[in-house]
Amino acid sequence: MKLSEKWLREWVNPRLNTKQLAERLTMAGLEVGAIEPVAPPLDNVVVGEILSVTPHPNAERLRVCEVNTGEKRPRTIVCGAANSAAGLKAPVALPDAKLPGEKTIAETELRGVKSSGMLCSAQDLGLEESSDGLLVLESGAKPGIALTKLLGLDDVALEVDLTPNRGDCLSVAGIARDVAALTGVALKAPKFRRVAVKSRRRMKVVLGAPQDCPVYVGRVIENINPHAVTPLWMKERLRRSGLRAIHPVVDVTNYILLELGQPMHAFDFDKLFGSVHARHARKGEQLTLLDGKQITPEPGTLLIADDRRPLALAGIMGGLDSAVSDSTCHLFLESAHFRPEAIAGRARALGLQTESSQRFERGVDPMLPRIAMERATELLLAIVGGRAGPVIGQASKRHIPAPEPILLRAPRIARILGHNMPAAQVTGILKRLGTKAKPVSDGWRVWPPSYRFDVRREIDLIEEIARVHGYEKFTPSRPRIDMRARPLPESRVAESRLRTVLADRDYQEVITYSFVDPARLRLLDPAVEPLRLANPISADMSVMRTTLWVGLLQTVLYNQNRQLERLRLFELGRRFLPRTDGLAQEPVLAGVVTGPAAAPQWGVPSRAVDFFDAKADVEALLALTGRAQDYRFRTARHPALHPGMTAEILFAGRQTGWVGVLHPELGARLGLTQPAVLFELAIPGIQEGKTPVYRDISRFPAIRRDLAVVVDEMLPAENVLECVARMAGNLLVNLELFDEYRGKGIDSGRKSLALGLTLQDSSRTLKDSEVEALLARVITALETEFGARLRQ
Amino acid sequence: MLAEATAHLHAATDVATVEALRVHYLGKKGLLTDQLKHLGSLPSEQRPAFGKLVNDTKETLTVALTARRAELEAQAQAQKLGAEKIDVTLPGRGLRTGGLHPITRTLERLETLFTRMGFDIADGPEVEDDYHNFEALNIPPNHPSRAMHDTFYFDAHRLLRTHTSPVQIRYMEHNKPPLRVIAAGRVYRCDSDVTHTPMFHQIEGLLVDEQVSFADLKGVLGDFLEQFFEQKLKLRLRPSYFPFTEPSAEVDISCVICGAKGCRVCKHTGWLEVLGCGMVHPEVFRHVGIDSERWAGFAFGLGVERLAMLRYGVNDLRLFYENDLRFLQQFR
Repeated sequence: MKLSEKWLREWVNPRLNTKQLAERLTMAGLEVGAIEPVAPPLDNVVVGEILSVTPHPNAERLRVCEVNTGEKRPRTIVCGAANSAAGLKAPVALPDAKLPGEKTIAETELRGVKSSGMLCSAQDLGLEESSDGLLVLESGAKPGIALTKLLGLDDVALEVDLTPNRGDCLSVAGIARDVAALTGVALKAPKFRRVAVKSRRRMKVVLGAPQDCPVYVGRVIENINPHAVTPLWMKERLRRSGLRAIHPVVDVTNYILLELGQPMHAFDFDKLFGSVHARHARKGEQLTLLDGKQITPEPGTLLIADDRRPLALAGIMGGLDSAVSDSTCHLFLESAHFRPEAIAGRARALGLQTESSQRFERGVDPMLPRIAMERATELLLAIVGGRAGPVIGQASKRHIPAPEPILLRAPRIARILGHNMPAAQVTGILKRLGTKAKPVSDGWRVWPPSYRFDVRREIDLIEEIARVHGYEKFTPSRPRIDMRARPLPESRVAESRLRTVLADRDYQEVITYSFVDPARLRLLDPAVEPLRLANPISADMSVMRTTLWVGLLQTVLYNQNRQLERLRLFELGRRFLPRTDGLAQEPVLAGVVTGPAAAPQWGVPSRAVDFFDAKADVEALLALTGRAQDYRFRTARHPALHPGMTAEILFAGRQTGWVGVLHPELGARLGLTQPAVLFELAIPGIQEGKTPVYRDISRFPAIRRDLAVVVDEMLPAENVLECVARMAGNLLVNLELFDEYRGKGIDSGRKSLALGLTLQDSSRTLKDSEVEALLARVITALETEFGARLRQ
Repeated sequence: MLAEATAHLHAATDVATVEALRVHYLGKKGLLTDQLKHLGSLPSEQRPAFGKLVNDTKETLTVALTARRAELEAQAQAQKLGAEKIDVTLPGRGLRTGGLHPITRTLERLETLFTRMGFDIADGPEVEDDYHNFEALNIPPNHPSRAMHDTFYFDAHRLLRTHTSPVQIRYMEHNKPPLRVIAAGRVYRCDSDVTHTPMFHQIEGLLVDEQVSFADLKGVLGDFLEQFFEQKLKLRLRPSYFPFTEPSAEVDISCVICGAKGCRVCKHTGWLEVLGCGMVHPEVFRHVGIDSERWAGFAFGLGVERLAMLRYGVNDLRLFYENDLRFLQQFR
């Protein structure tokens, strides 16, 4: 809601300057988002009276005007405006006046005629974006007085950002009411005059949906002057509220909307047939709105109709063919109450948010239609003339929203606010808020005013009391809390720990969008049909990711394009997997590495990062659980990964992640310049750790034996290790694979694996003979199971 | 002989020469050993004196030899170490360290602050249903405040959560008061421009107890904000409106950038809006089956990006999601 400060002060004038007033409003929840001057400082711009107009001797389109500017002698001013005419009063910028656009007026000569000043349009003065002809001032304006004074341009527009609950403040009257309540200064509502009824013309009104439209006030005004224009003072007020003047009748209804908060509508009386009905739409009915849009309202939508057809979308927008136009002679005015729920959502569903719908869906005072009708008539007769018919009022009393009394308990106020409010203070605030309050034991029975749709229950009143009292007056305190210890599962690996491991291993964390480009996602995860947004921001952010690799690879590309080659990135976030039993929104930890394995450094030959670098990082994560032995890496296929460099990670037999080299073809298609290794782990699968349990350290010496065995090239090393561990039994305290070799000295199709076994007993020193026997058993098993040969 | 030997010893420049001298004089076939062999051929009265002379010489020589040897060994060691000298100003080798995203850094800081104040941590889905995101929070269909949420929808019921507040509802559905909990995470709004990204982060707090008031909320938030920014702050609660709290407030702090003198960041007001909060609305309690006559509560929600920007002086929200390493690496 934007309004002129001067207008507001006509209703309530507290002893506060503009800044203080704005501050008071802001601190009461009516946030003043901007304070803007309504016009530039127009020094040396005065009222001028054109005394005569003669054609310019040397220019067809220019005229020479003699203008009375209140000085001894009239000024000669050359002017090009088509509406310049003798007797007209218009603003004159005198020499030295500064106009918007860094324009300074000076005495000058135009095509041989001296011009000492400039006759101005509204646009010249920065009052309108564009305008046609001179700004016509009221005929009574005294030549020579400052324009700023005449039009009250030393005013500001206050932009009040209202919260959706404060529909009652969507008018000058509403804000004034709140200012009065906040400051205790009396409201001085302007006196409205009731006009005399001079016409007998009526219109029958039928409340066809009284639950949604319980009050409808109408009136016919006949014989209006179709050539009337909106007075400048009204245009100015509309302008300062951000509305443009359109047509005198529409301007008046808009003025009422701003002044009182009652949206009204004016129909061209001659276009109506029979009676006016406020009823629900029927199936298939069509209506062309004022903006030219043709709609077929859903059945149940509230309409204003005549006997033949829909006329308007009630409370939202009028129809085109019953609208007031330049040829309208007779008016039918509408001032009604529409139930908020009947309007709410409709306007948005139709993509039509109007000044009217905005007010009705928040609730307009049901007592207002009649007052607004009288006020509108008064203004209309003054501006467009005509004769007013009788007020036609239809009301369904039992459907008019009537506020229920609310029980307000004094102890409840203290408890919620943590602040003791003396009863007299509460009573005072309730009164200022316009409520009717009756004291009862330990509290009040309160009837909220008809315009406060947001005050329905006790907590609403407590909020109002706090708001008017001022939040700044509550002394901060601390809650007394119950200090029970809460669970702290030690075996669970925290997400922050997982992040730290990767960060400490030279990974940079990134955060990428959860919605991604479906085309890219399809490349990386073709098997899953992702969840699709109905209203995405753009096509490349329209599906929910099923893997974090999309965002990670995009980040690689982004940085690769900025000359960064070596990238080690991870992200922790959710992926969204549609499953038969519902959507799985599983947190995962994913990473990508590309470029040199190590940062360039002296004394270390550079090499590209490979599968095993990333695998080591994954293993470091798994080790956090203390259950590394429960995880397995198994050769697998993944559509995004290199067919020979992919492992699925199993935890207790269940798949919990992937690690592999990005498929080279995919890398090329995405535009990657180097191979990349990817991993992705489901967080639940890497969080179940265990609390350590101490085992005695053996006091007896350990014996180390190394073995090199030659096996089939395709045999997974894991099988060999598993066999050795099984055969060596409890004495084996450590087993490591320290070399893999193919080539010279080894038959093609075979490879050599070098194993280091550490054997130890907890209760005695092992004898050589025992160790040799054990090794022999291991070797025999390797020979029989895998056809292994001991390497010489 | 002693004089001669001492001279040789002084001339020796390495341990091997010293050893050769030892053998020459003191070895089994050395000159002094030889002299002792002649002892038997001397007249008996001369023997003691001669023996003493030889032994004294031997001892003197031994001491001199040992000393010279040690001296030369020390020299050799020093020379060797000198040759091993490295340039200690060369950079270290091995893996460097990476870093966390500034949003994570901020979130972890926030979580630590709140858990130290006794709050638990809860979590909830990002793909939410209409009921938890809106209805249970007292935002029925067609409520005007829905227009402010710019919601991403999947279908009539499912949407991307527009705030972390639905976690409050889910937590209260499954836990009995008293409650103290925070929930952080990604939230989504269909809005993208210089000051909005379609995804951002919030952290939500909820405290439900028998005695808890609006004044307590003011105290808790004031404490928290001062600790977060590690400075004394002025706090201002402005009445506002959220359907799920009443009374509701926007919280402003004195500008941390300019010290409330007025700058571009605070739009020359000296104040920064940092969070929204209020007392839990009885309608919300009704939806989760908590008796609002017995229990009261407060809730607050804040934008993590906003706090991170203020804390680290980041002037463009979009930087957080461009993931330019030159930006991210500044927060390690």
